[in-house]
Amino acid sequence: MRRPLRYAALILIVAVVLYPLVWMVGTSFKSPEEIVNNIGLVPQHVTPGNFAEGWHKFDVGFGRFFLNSAMVSLLTVAGNVMSCLLAAYALGRLRFRLRGMWFAVMIGTLLLPGHVLIIPQYILFRNLGWVGGDWPYLPLLVPHFLATEAFFVFLMVQFMRGIPRELDEAAIIDGASPYRVFRHVILPLSRPALVTTAIFSFIWTWNDFFRQLVYLSDLKDYTVPVALTLFIDSTSESAVGPMFAMSLLSLVPVFLFFVAFQRLLVEGINTSGLKG
Amino acid sequence: MHTPARTEPPAPRGPAAGRRGSGRARRRENLPGYLFLGPWLLGLMAITAIPMLLSLYLSFTDYDVLTPLSEARWVGWDNYERMFTADPSYWHAVRVTVTFALVAVPLKLAAALGVALLLNRAFRGVGLFRGLFYLPSLLGGSVALAIVWVSMFNRDGAFNSLLALFGVQGAPWVNDPTWALETLMLLAIWQFGAPMVIFLAGLKQVPAELYEAAAVDGAGTWRQFAHITLPMLSPVIFFNLVLETIHGFQGFTSAFVLSNGTGGPVDSTLMYTLNLYINGFVRLEMGYASAMAWVFLLAIGLITAVLFRTGRFWVHYSDSEGQ
Repeated sequence: MRRPLRYAALILIVAVVLYPLVWMVGTSFKSPEEIVNNIGLVPQHVTPGNFAEGWHKFDVGFGRFFLNSAMVSLLTVAGNVMSCLLAAYALGRLRFRLRGMWFAVMIGTLLLPGHVLIIPQYILFRNLGWVGGDWPYLPLLVPHFLATEAFFVFLMVQFMRGIPRELDEAAIIDGASPYRVFRHVILPLSRPALVTTAIFSFIWTWNDFFRQLVYLSDLKDYTVPVALTLFIDSTSESAVGPMFAMSLLSLVPVFLFFVAFQRLLVEGINTSGLKG
Repeated sequence: MHTPARTEPPAPRGPAAGRRGSGRARRRENLPGYLFLGPWLLGLMAITAIPMLLSLYLSFTDYDVLTPLSEARWVGWDNYERMFTADPSYWHAVRVTVTFALVAVPLKLAAALGVALLLNRAFRGVGLFRGLFYLPSLLGGSVALAIVWVSMFNRDGAFNSLLALFGVQGAPWVNDPTWALETLMLLAIWQFGAPMVIFLAGLKQVPAELYEAAAVDGAGTWRQFAHITLPMLSPVIFFNLVLETIHGFQGFTSAFVLSNGTGGPVDSTLMYTLNLYINGFVRLEMGYASAMAWVFLLAIGLITAVLFRTGRFWVHYSDSEGQ
């Protein structure tokens, strides 16, 4: 295709793709009257009122929901990075009995849809007293400290297999144990895989809805995605502005990650087939 | 299984060092191997395997989650029978889900491939375009995005305002049973950025010499696309197809947001997983929902297997042929 035509096509597609997002930003700064009357993308009078109203809309306030989401997401990142790294080192670099079988099992769990496991896991956690317990985030967090997110294990195994064998063999000849090899050779060299895991782990958890919907039942424990659904119940016209304002705010952390790590993200997707 | 490892010290004077060279491939690291694998193994047992078995057992019971597990009442194949013969909403949800996947997945992949072809050339701003197209995928299944989408396709949402500019009278899309699912399909297609990035990576692997040779032989753009690009890209197409199909069958968030968790209007967005959620967590029929989950698991496995089967006829792996 000729260059001007290509640009024209791309700009048209960009306009279509960005329209809903631009519309969301525009609407969240409009006054209630303008939301009804002005269909344009740009508000005539920019007002922060929706943000103030949305922030305090539900009894505990969105600040609390953001803190809850941040805590769940950051702890999930920590759990995933640590536990998946350990499993990946074993499966990708060490030789031990039945390794091939465990690797196959890991690949198998990769294909298990989360919606299938949610019911038995819910029953299990409920019987442990974790659902609605003193700290309702246990069912959301504990699985991530036990490397159950097989995709990240797989990603790191693939990455570690690319690290030259000669490095650990040299270290072993120099008398290093597998633990030292892990600490001083593999860990430092695995940083790109760890960063990719951390970024995607954060974004996925921040955006996750299903599990948070199932496990969080008390308003003060809600995370941002669950809190956003409260707006759907109150369908009155005046709630549209605050709903958009809070929706927009909820995308900000993900967007910042995206801007900061864009190059790295695209590389990570290219090499691993990770989804957003 | 740990004993042999203990007798094999990892110290330099141990047997490992003595066999350096040809024997090193046989060096075993059983104890460290299982230590590092420990958390994963514990997770596999406690979070995956045992719950799976529990779920299989529960699928043959009548269980409401509020009572102790020991009070789950054995009902044999009743749940499965009810699902297949006595619950019209079950088959309805299957139809909704299959329709959704059959329409949205091919269109999403076509959009992804089309845009990838447009971007597969070095020019100013290519990185920016790629980033912008990827943005909706990144924001992905978030509730915020679904909320915006649903509002846009409301009776007096932005989409109808846009149509009004052209004098077209729009439908109340998300509240109209004939259009609600299409609105969700459009949302899924709009997020074509993730498969697009994978297509772009695949297109970079196609050797430029092939196109040069074809051009010398007088093949036009379309013939080059059909006879070089598509076959060379078929493994990547296959990869995206499998991933997006599995992903499509699991659609939940947007259907939940659109219908406020009900699958409405008139069950038109009752996706399989939403139906499962309603049965398990709203009606508290955990036994029945477990049976649904197992059928879902088998169906996903079957579909994946069928895709792999048919893939043999059209997926072309260049490195496994003629060498």
